[in-house]
Amino acid sequence: MLLFAVKRLLYVLPIALGVSVICFMLVYLAPGDPASALIPDNTPPAIAAQIREAYGFDKPVPVQYLRWLSRVLAGDLGTSTSTRRPVLSEVLPAMLNTFKLAGGAILIACIAGIALGAAGAYRGGRLSDRAIGAVGIAGISVPPYWLGMVLIVVFSVNLGILPATGMGEQQTLGDQLRHLVLPTLTLAVVPAGIIARSVRSAVGEILQQEFVQTLHANGLPPARVFLHVARNAAPPALAVLGLEFARLLGGSILVETVFSWPGSGFLLNSAIFSRDLPVVQGTVLALAMFFVVTNVIVDLLQMAFDPRFKRARAAVARR
Amino acid sequence: MVVSAPPAAATAEAPPAPDPRDVGGPRQPMLIAERLTKHFTLRGGSPGRRAVVRAVDEVSFDVRKGETLGIVGESGCGKSTTARLLIGLTRPDSGALVFDGEEVVASSGVAVRRLQRSVQMVFQDSYASLNPRLTLQETIAFGPRVCGDSRAAARERAQSVLRLVGLDPALFARRYPHELSGGQRQRVNIARALAMGPRLLILDEAVSALDKSIEAQVLNLLQELKARLSLTYVFISHDLNVVRFMSERVLVMYLGKVVEVGPVDRIYDNPRHPYTRALLSSRLSMNPRERRTIPPLAGEPPSLIDPPSGCRFRTRCALAEGICRAVAPALSAQGEDHLAACHAATPGSGHGAVAA
Amino acid sequence: MTDRALELAAPETPRSWVRRPASYWGGVATRLARDPVTLICAAILLAIVLVVIFAPLIGLDDPYQQSVVRRLKPPGTPGHLLGTDELGRDLLARLVYGGRTSLLMGFLPVLIATLVGGTLGIVAGYAGGLINTAVMRTIDVFYAFPSVLLAVAISGVLGGGVRNGLLALTLVFIPSIARVSESITMHVSTQDFVDAARATGAYPHQILIGHVLKNVVAPILVFASSLISISIVIAAGLSFLGLGVAPPIPEWGLMLSTLRPAIYVAPLNAVLPGVMIFVTSMCFNMMSDGFRNAMDVKA
Repeated sequence: MLLFAVKRLLYVLPIALGVSVICFMLVYLAPGDPASALIPDNTPPAIAAQIREAYGFDKPVPVQYLRWLSRVLAGDLGTSTSTRRPVLSEVLPAMLNTFKLAGGAILIACIAGIALGAAGAYRGGRLSDRAIGAVGIAGISVPPYWLGMVLIVVFSVNLGILPATGMGEQQTLGDQLRHLVLPTLTLAVVPAGIIARSVRSAVGEILQQEFVQTLHANGLPPARVFLHVARNAAPPALAVLGLEFARLLGGSILVETVFSWPGSGFLLNSAIFSRDLPVVQGTVLALAMFFVVTNVIVDLLQMAFDPRFKRARAAVARR
Repeated sequence: MVVSAPPAAATAEAPPAPDPRDVGGPRQPMLIAERLTKHFTLRGGSPGRRAVVRAVDEVSFDVRKGETLGIVGESGCGKSTTARLLIGLTRPDSGALVFDGEEVVASSGVAVRRLQRSVQMVFQDSYASLNPRLTLQETIAFGPRVCGDSRAAARERAQSVLRLVGLDPALFARRYPHELSGGQRQRVNIARALAMGPRLLILDEAVSALDKSIEAQVLNLLQELKARLSLTYVFISHDLNVVRFMSERVLVMYLGKVVEVGPVDRIYDNPRHPYTRALLSSRLSMNPRERRTIPPLAGEPPSLIDPPSGCRFRTRCALAEGICRAVAPALSAQGEDHLAACHAATPGSGHGAVAA
Repeated sequence: MTDRALELAAPETPRSWVRRPASYWGGVATRLARDPVTLICAAILLAIVLVVIFAPLIGLDDPYQQSVVRRLKPPGTPGHLLGTDELGRDLLARLVYGGRTSLLMGFLPVLIATLVGGTLGIVAGYAGGLINTAVMRTIDVFYAFPSVLLAVAISGVLGGGVRNGLLALTLVFIPSIARVSESITMHVSTQDFVDAARATGAYPHQILIGHVLKNVVAPILVFASSLISISIVIAAGLSFLGLGVAPPIPEWGLMLSTLRPAIYVAPLNAVLPGVMIFVTSMCFNMMSDGFRNAMDVKA
């Protein structure tokens, strides 16, 4: 099992490298000279020359990539061309804010999704199941940015009970929570829909298996049967959960824009419009890497829980 | 089960008219397999230490024109892999195939394709071997189309071959596999194989999945087709009675190797290899007084990944001795046209049961 | 090639007994016809698409016609069925013309991605071995990015605009379509009937076209169609961020963005474009579900 885990980690290394290559190439995709894109304006010429030397703009691209990679691994993601501060110091606090949002959202999505999905599966085929199914489809179809606007209209404009934008002054926990409610709810809807559908299909499949009928026939109370069902449904449900959490981190940009929530998505947005390429690059790299790592963790957790994974998989190589 | 007498063509009658496709003459074996070997490397594990499945190891035999050669053995003995080697679906790691006197060079795509025009296979799973999205006609016509027939000619051929296996083209040509019964599907598979105009047909457990009554019908159909189209069959099965009914000669495989080969009656009445003996005595008798309490063959076959050294059967053989671990037995003559690979049946092998 | 004399005598079958065989697609159509929800969604979508295509013929106002006096009129104002936007333009007209852009930006990337990703996946799935590894690992690298992030990053870095937005979205969808195609094709390629086809000596392209394609196209298309709704939402999202269409071209996402400051005074107007996105996306999703259910039955 440990061997398998190590192999899974090794497998992810080339992907991580590939991701870093794409992030690196982002700067070259941008119209204009990469050098001027990466060096802040008004830098004293001497320092600008030093930076050019260090980055190696005259060298071939692979060399530049390697230099960039070594800088990144050392923690230097470059300097923001708009604020002159190191990119890392911009990205980290922003990511923290996004974590708060995504964490809350995934929690709500998890509870709602699992409840709805399991309920739907247990009422399989009946009207309530189809209604829940429709709710699930509605969840995944709704554009989050629009939903955010609608919620703002209802709760901030009309009812005036919740703040419309920003993170607030952060003085009290209550204030923080009040600012958190709307964005988190908005962000939670799509994952809730996805989780509900996945859970519905996973639990539905399990309920059809014969061992469930056997458990009932043995006289086990329905609650205990449900525990068994839950154990079997856990791995795929966990996988979806993990995936959605990682996706939220990358996909929060739209909701953060609507609520002016100072997270990594908001940062990315402003960086794009101020043509602050180092920040764009740094943010994308951080978010993508997080996605990759979360995927690996989800895989490993799945392996840990599923006894079938533990056995070595021997596939005969044909031809 | 309906048992009809073995086809009369085997015994005296006027010799059948010579087949215009015959190149090597009646005494040239239709197919010679020479030391065919196929190993599969398992995925997983570092490249140097991957496990190797020795599916088929130095298997040699020949298939004579006009005969039915039965191949029997337990699951995992290499029957299906051998079948795939014979029709060119899998390329052997070493060894040669000689079809009607011409060697089939494994690396040459052209040579293998030529072989495939003459050798076709009927698969076991009648449902999975038919494309669910194609009509029967389209499925059968695919082979002729590949050989260069026009669409109309291929369709004609498909319909005539459907008629040949007893299915009315007007009813069946445009149907889909899921609309047919198991027996009908297997007839379609036979038709599909015949559409290529082969001379050798390999039947890989072709009737194993059918109900007994349908099985009998299909077997009788196969006998008729063989006589009318001058076919040669290789009949692979685990059902010993069916093999006896269908075959003139039989070949017994164990763990990737040939252990015995010879005329079917000879082998069934007087098996010379311990494995064959055990296999044959494991058939249940219709007589309730002949009960058996001790299984003739104990345990599971060892893994193909690390087969026993020397004779592969020695771990389950009552006659095993030191020589069996040291030296792999070669096929030795046991009488006319009868070969067995066993030290205990080979004089001069060093085994205690035979004279030195 | 077969001697006529060898054919087993088959009794003459009365033509009236020969019934039309039940085809797979016939079964699918029958099941779909009995699914009211899918049909309703299909009807709604059809209506939207028709209205959007024939927009110039319906007699709508000019979507670009601004009017300082008539800004942010509520729905129901005479002359403006759905009201006006922040620059006084008729909302109904903007929604209809905006639909053209939004639907196109939703549909086109998926179409191109299906062609490219589907081909890549089918080839990789059938070929196996080194080709499969090379193609799929490269795809995996792109798949490692969350969709919205990748779309925003590529389109943002390229400078925004319709063309870059389309390119970005296409790149976002190619990996998932390729993965699904590869997995479906691999599953099909391991079936016995493909082996049987190989045993006839057919060349790989003959097998792909004659046998594999028919089994593979339908599930791929169903999957791709489920991406259309996501594409519409993300495309509008790009425009919402200012990365897609540029003003004054009407587009649902862009309209949401420009109307956003107006939610305090004219909330109903502000959310209308989003309603369109939501309805369209939901209908596509329900239809896609319905299709999948209709095709899933092993007849």
